[in-house]
Amino acid sequence: MDVVDVSRWQFGITTVYHFIFVPLTIGLAPMVAVMQTLWVVTGNPHWYRMTRFFGKIFLINFAIGVATGIVQEFQFGMNWSEYSRFVGDVFGAPLAMEGLVAFFLESTFIGLWIFGWKRIPKLAHLASIWLVALGVNFSAFFIIAANSFMQHPVGARFNPVTGRAELESFVALFSNNTAVAAFWHAVAASFLTAGTFVAAVSAWWMVRSKGLPDARAMFRPATILGSWFALVAAVAIFITGDVQGKLMFHQQPMKMAAAESLCHTELNPKFSILTVGTHNNCDGITRVIEVPYVLPFLAEGRFSDVTLEGVEDLQESYQEKFGPGWYVPNLFVTYWSFRAMIGFMAIPMLFALTALWLTRRGRVPDRKWLSRFAVWTIPTPFLASAAGWVFTEMGRQPWIVAPNPDGDQLIRLTVREGVTPHGAEVVWVSLIGFTLAYAALAVVWSYLLRRYVVNGPQDHDSEPVTPTPPDDADVAPLSFAY
Amino acid sequence: MHLQEFWFIAVAALFLGFFVLEGFDFGVGMLMEWVGRRSADAAGGTVDSHRRAVLNSIGPVWDGNEVWLITAAGAMFAAFPNWYATVFSGLYLPLLVILLSMIARVVAIEWRGKIDDPRWRTWCDIGIAAGSWLPALLWGVVFAALVRGLPVGPDKNVVGLTVADVLNPYTLLGGAATCSLFLFHGAVFLALKTGGTVRADAVKFAKVLSIPAIVVVGGFGLWTQRDYGKPWTAAVLAVAVLALLVAAVAVARDREGWAFLSTTVVVASLVILIFGSLYPNLVPSTIDPAYSITVANGSSTPYTLKVMSWAAGIVSPVVLAYQAWTYWIFRKRIFAESIPPSIGLSPRRVS
Repeated sequence: MDVVDVSRWQFGITTVYHFIFVPLTIGLAPMVAVMQTLWVVTGNPHWYRMTRFFGKIFLINFAIGVATGIVQEFQFGMNWSEYSRFVGDVFGAPLAMEGLVAFFLESTFIGLWIFGWKRIPKLAHLASIWLVALGVNFSAFFIIAANSFMQHPVGARFNPVTGRAELESFVALFSNNTAVAAFWHAVAASFLTAGTFVAAVSAWWMVRSKGLPDARAMFRPATILGSWFALVAAVAIFITGDVQGKLMFHQQPMKMAAAESLCHTELNPKFSILTVGTHNNCDGITRVIEVPYVLPFLAEGRFSDVTLEGVEDLQESYQEKFGPGWYVPNLFVTYWSFRAMIGFMAIPMLFALTALWLTRRGRVPDRKWLSRFAVWTIPTPFLASAAGWVFTEMGRQPWIVAPNPDGDQLIRLTVREGVTPHGAEVVWVSLIGFTLAYAALAVVWSYLLRRYVVNGPQDHDSEPVTPTPPDDADVAPLSFAY
Repeated sequence: MHLQEFWFIAVAALFLGFFVLEGFDFGVGMLMEWVGRRSADAAGGTVDSHRRAVLNSIGPVWDGNEVWLITAAGAMFAAFPNWYATVFSGLYLPLLVILLSMIARVVAIEWRGKIDDPRWRTWCDIGIAAGSWLPALLWGVVFAALVRGLPVGPDKNVVGLTVADVLNPYTLLGGAATCSLFLFHGAVFLALKTGGTVRADAVKFAKVLSIPAIVVVGGFGLWTQRDYGKPWTAAVLAVAVLALLVAAVAVARDREGWAFLSTTVVVASLVILIFGSLYPNLVPSTIDPAYSITVANGSSTPYTLKVMSWAAGIVSPVVLAYQAWTYWIFRKRIFAESIPPSIGLSPRRVS
């Protein structure tokens, strides 16, 4: 493998890994805030216990998200220096603003929330978790606005003197239609992840607490809350995904052609459900199961009279436009990650519907299969998110900045042109270092998460605390303190 | 003043904030083991409650302090893409070690109390120690290497970097300078933020640590001033040395507030000395000065800098206000005696 491959593997591994924790953080912060709000408004101590229970899990997860996030901020310069020089004038600004607007907010107020239970007034404490929730969602916006410049560069023009993309309008950059659609799509996916997590963990505990008062009074309402979050999020994912798909058919037709393994330009092509291939190219593909009408609708919102360009025709036209080269992404990965994304998100939806049905009109289900279903559902939204990112990033290959068909054609860069010219062995060192460290951390993270979930709400969290003024003589015992 | 100069100062200010704030976090992390043990011996309490008192002194604030670094890197990227790209790719391996150790520190701090088990805590303490010592040392090495210059080629990339470019007497002295300074700064912070035997022990440490700090920071400052300084940075160096002496005297007289103010001035002066020596270069080239990345040839366009200036102008005062407010909320001293028993779970489920 040359330096491009090693650097790509490193970026892929560190980013997909980082994005295991991110959706849970983005979704769980507002959910914990909602639980705490329910406690503050209703005074129901069960919501206090749920806030503390999911709050601890949130913090375990938040820590590793922060830790792996620093790598992301450094990695563009470390491994993609030529890319950084080419887009820095445009791409750096959202990253800097993410730090200034989002990271300061979330990490300052997370400190207040963890240590402030007995220190600050109840409403100020409630406000701090809402500010954390706001911060994590702001950060999603800025980083996706940056990523969308790689998918669909707008608001900039190429300067032949400096040889780089230069910002013309930050309003255009931040209102990029790809960014807006992708932001809501990613946020909805995060809410699905966290909603499913809360619903599944609560349902598991509901079954486990069979016959105990907690099953009805605490775990049932939490299951319902999580399920509704997941369900609303799932609907939002369909809508935003549809918007994104229609943009993508126009902006990156090659990505969508690859996602469908559509090799030749066709009128009203069918949506492929199963394709088998032998050589991961157009020659070795057999389309096994297909559905009509779906694909034209996904692309343009009509059921017929839609012509979609195929991989081979696009390859020819790109060679005419951008010179000789191979402009086709990895078909196998693009095709299957797209299907994995959709398939994996169907499972939490089904679970949420099941949970809502079983808890209808005061019912408290206690059947064992529900808790098994719950446990197996937890990883699926994570897998869907990972597949979604793999799809959108791998489908953009060979570009690191894909040319915008309606924009400045000179703003384009291939991954090969963007990499830092390190020796491959140097990047091997870091690839191995990150992979080993991240693998070890994943073991500890999943152990902690499992340990805290299985242990359930703790006894010392059963009594709500009352804040005391800081001049009070004793130092408050803090259940979240180190 | 040009926007380029303004942003050079802004990036310097972000690193200044990072080193002042995270400097004492690193110092506290480095001292946690020793102060915890000695203070517990003196008070007859458990070592762990004393270690936890030390750790909780930075508890509510360290995460926010670390964001200064993230924002500094982001501001470098936005305002000076060539600076960001050359430094981060050129000093790849030291930055990799910094990253891995800072990752260890974050999870070790956050997860330490989650499991109530001595072996678990030992592993976390190792993570905190490694994640404090290594960055404290390596940030000094990195910035000294930058002031000294890197083999930047005509295409703005570092070419043919040797070990001696990164590790040489000057950069090692730079590493020793940040390390000894953060130890001193952290001990003084601990003396200011804790009470009882922890405070008494932190004061003792601060008294001892003031001496290496004066010698090493003074030495590094003089070397920097002699080889890379400007006439006006001599005044900055003088302020640094004066503040070091004031800090040492204040510590000796048990005036922790004054001592902390002084060590803050020392860290700030050192950062100003480094950035002042660098200017107008961002990365001096040791191959040919014509290849150097400078404030003029390394920056973003005036439009981008203008947008960034507006964003920073509007948001920064708010950020500063709420960060200051958290320090005010948690202004009380922490006593090992009032650290509650661990509420972490046992490593395995007890049925």
